[in-house]
Amino acid sequence: MPRIYLDNNASTPVLPEVLDTMRPYFGEHFGNASSIHHHGQETRAAVERARDSVALLLGCRASEIVFTSGGTEGDNLAIAGLTSPGDHILASRIEHHAVLYACKHLEETGCEVTYLPVDGRGLVDPDDVRLALRPNTKLISIMMANNETGVLQPVEEIGKIAAEADVYFHTDAVQAAGKIPIDVKRIGCDALSISGHKMHAPQGVGALYVRKGARLQPLFYGGRHERSRRAGTENVPGIVALGKAAELAIQGFDRDEDKKMSGLRDRLEHGILAQVEDAGVNSDGAPRVPNTTNIYFDHIEGESMVISLDLKGLAVSTGAACSSGAIEPSHVLIAMGLRTDRARASIRFSLGKQNTEEEIDLALALVPETVARLRELSPAYRKQTVSS
Amino acid sequence: MQNSRTIAVAMSGGVDSSTVAAMLRAEGHNLIGLTMQLWNQRRLAGHEGMPEQVTGRCCSIDDVYDARRVAEHLGIPYYVVNHEERFERDVVRPFVAEYLSGRTPIPCSLCNNHLKFDQLLVVAQQIGADCVATGHYARVEYDDARGRWLLKRPADRSKDQTYFLFGLTQEQLSRTLFPLGGMTKPEVRELARKQGLALAEKPDSQEICFVPGGDYKRFIDAYLAESGDALPDTAGELVTTSGEVIGEHRGIHNFTVGQRKGLGVATGSPLYVIQISGADKQVVVGSDEHLYSRALHARRVNLIAVENLREPMRVSVKIRHRHEPAPALLEKVSDDEVIVTFDQPQRAITPGQAAVFYDGDIVVGGAWIT
Repeated sequence: MPRIYLDNNASTPVLPEVLDTMRPYFGEHFGNASSIHHHGQETRAAVERARDSVALLLGCRASEIVFTSGGTEGDNLAIAGLTSPGDHILASRIEHHAVLYACKHLEETGCEVTYLPVDGRGLVDPDDVRLALRPNTKLISIMMANNETGVLQPVEEIGKIAAEADVYFHTDAVQAAGKIPIDVKRIGCDALSISGHKMHAPQGVGALYVRKGARLQPLFYGGRHERSRRAGTENVPGIVALGKAAELAIQGFDRDEDKKMSGLRDRLEHGILAQVEDAGVNSDGAPRVPNTTNIYFDHIEGESMVISLDLKGLAVSTGAACSSGAIEPSHVLIAMGLRTDRARASIRFSLGKQNTEEEIDLALALVPETVARLRELSPAYRKQTVSS
Repeated sequence: MQNSRTIAVAMSGGVDSSTVAAMLRAEGHNLIGLTMQLWNQRRLAGHEGMPEQVTGRCCSIDDVYDARRVAEHLGIPYYVVNHEERFERDVVRPFVAEYLSGRTPIPCSLCNNHLKFDQLLVVAQQIGADCVATGHYARVEYDDARGRWLLKRPADRSKDQTYFLFGLTQEQLSRTLFPLGGMTKPEVRELARKQGLALAEKPDSQEICFVPGGDYKRFIDAYLAESGDALPDTAGELVTTSGEVIGEHRGIHNFTVGQRKGLGVATGSPLYVIQISGADKQVVVGSDEHLYSRALHARRVNLIAVENLREPMRVSVKIRHRHEPAPALLEKVSDDEVIVTFDQPQRAITPGQAAVFYDGDIVVGGAWIT
């Protein structure tokens, strides 16, 4: 059975060039980047080259990059590291759990948090940000691109508001990095987190941009790695891979690969909507990253859809997986005002650099027939068809 | 059994359902393992005297882990499906409401009727499976002469679960497999060992899956507190069978018919709960002999072996899970109500429990005792 993977917002395959670049750092070049001898110097140089590449991707200085274990650590480090008990934090209701639960935890330790709503397209209103500012507001954390809908938030406007109010601005750019060009100066953010495995580097590595001058408290205590901002021996193969993935992302933008990607995504989206009734794009009309579409198929159970498609070889996703692996309705779609049944009937398709037109066409053959079968077996749909 | 059907196996992470998966796999069927996520075990943990740690129960992370490992060992696709909302609506809330009305509920039957053989069957069909196999100890057979699907008691009488399955419809039974119906528990464990299942020695689960430690009173308190509802005041009088008030009680949900401990009154002879009156919040107590009665009324009838009860029928009736079916006459009162008259008086007939009617090994049907 051919397998088609359209769940790249969950994780992406490591690109062959990335794998080739990182491979020597498991064996040949194994040194601890903090060691003074030849082996350490070799890996130190590799780490710093990677830092240059990531800095180039984000438009910052190399010294402003802190390597992390991934998006969750970057988000936690920024949020906990830039605030203290008594501070007020502004976040949106559609943030990733790495931000939401970090904020929830800080509420227990003496911070106040305001969770801003979004409109029906999944967009935060910058005026809401402005109005929610308080004298003790220390940090705004609003994501750049949403993981479930792909919707791009007005981060540049929010950056201006933060600068005027002299509060820190962190943006979770995990789902934006590698998909659209990022320039931390234009955004005007003080911190920005990215994750390797969402951009064709491996799982277990990420980076946090921290603007020079921002006072960041570390999460970990130990050696003076990463300019004392993140103790712990560097994950050299992962960091090297992230550097390579950043280079490839920059090359991709030069070659308009992002436009090709949105072309494929639109082919999928339009193809599905042309064939399936009672379906639509959640967040329709809002600016999005080029790889994501989130579509509702009324009268189906998203869980059954994901399982059915998986059994036919197509990997997509719905909602958020809880610890057992069961699916909970998406907090993002609920915050956008979707009814619970429509949120449960929504499927996320997310593309990666490896996906081909043939794969999209195979998916287009599978999705409508699966929706039709699920609706045929849905008691709610049968009732509706009979009564209408 | 025809070969290579697609079967969904309800996998709880226990020995029984894991062995079912291994057996059907060995027979060459296409299997899809499904675990129902029904209740978040951490939800009430630490709440008002509830245990902090919950392990080794249905829907716990450990059980899902075990089920996933078995599926991986057998090389079958496996998914966890979330039915927490339905479970709370159709099982947990009625469970709480029944106790607060002075009845003693059976959540497992509700779960079978509304979740395992309803929702799970829908999911199974949607993902392309013809039927659902479970690890219940019961048998299901098609009877040509009657033109009906029959539910029958299993080979291992000590594990008989037909009492909890009386609510299954013909449609549900036609899509259900109970592969353990002809086996004893020791045989199941032996087979699990032979199939190389690491959990062959895992202990059986006994208590109600969502009530950790089996303390339903604490569960009700914690559940109501978490929902923001105050515990309704169901305190009232303790009265004797002759109507004499001999004390007070702190809420009818603390009692079940036949209960002896915790009555809070000291008398010369042992006293038992005879009856709980939800309407006037009275708990009637009396001596052991008052617990016996010859008849019961039951509603919400489900018939399996027969289409309807035209004539009174001689059956054996089981009035709780651990009760030896007793000979009785079953008569229809209306389309949804029956009266059961036992040959010998039965002890502690308890409203909220099921009366399940047997004809030998065959489950004729059942209804809820009123």
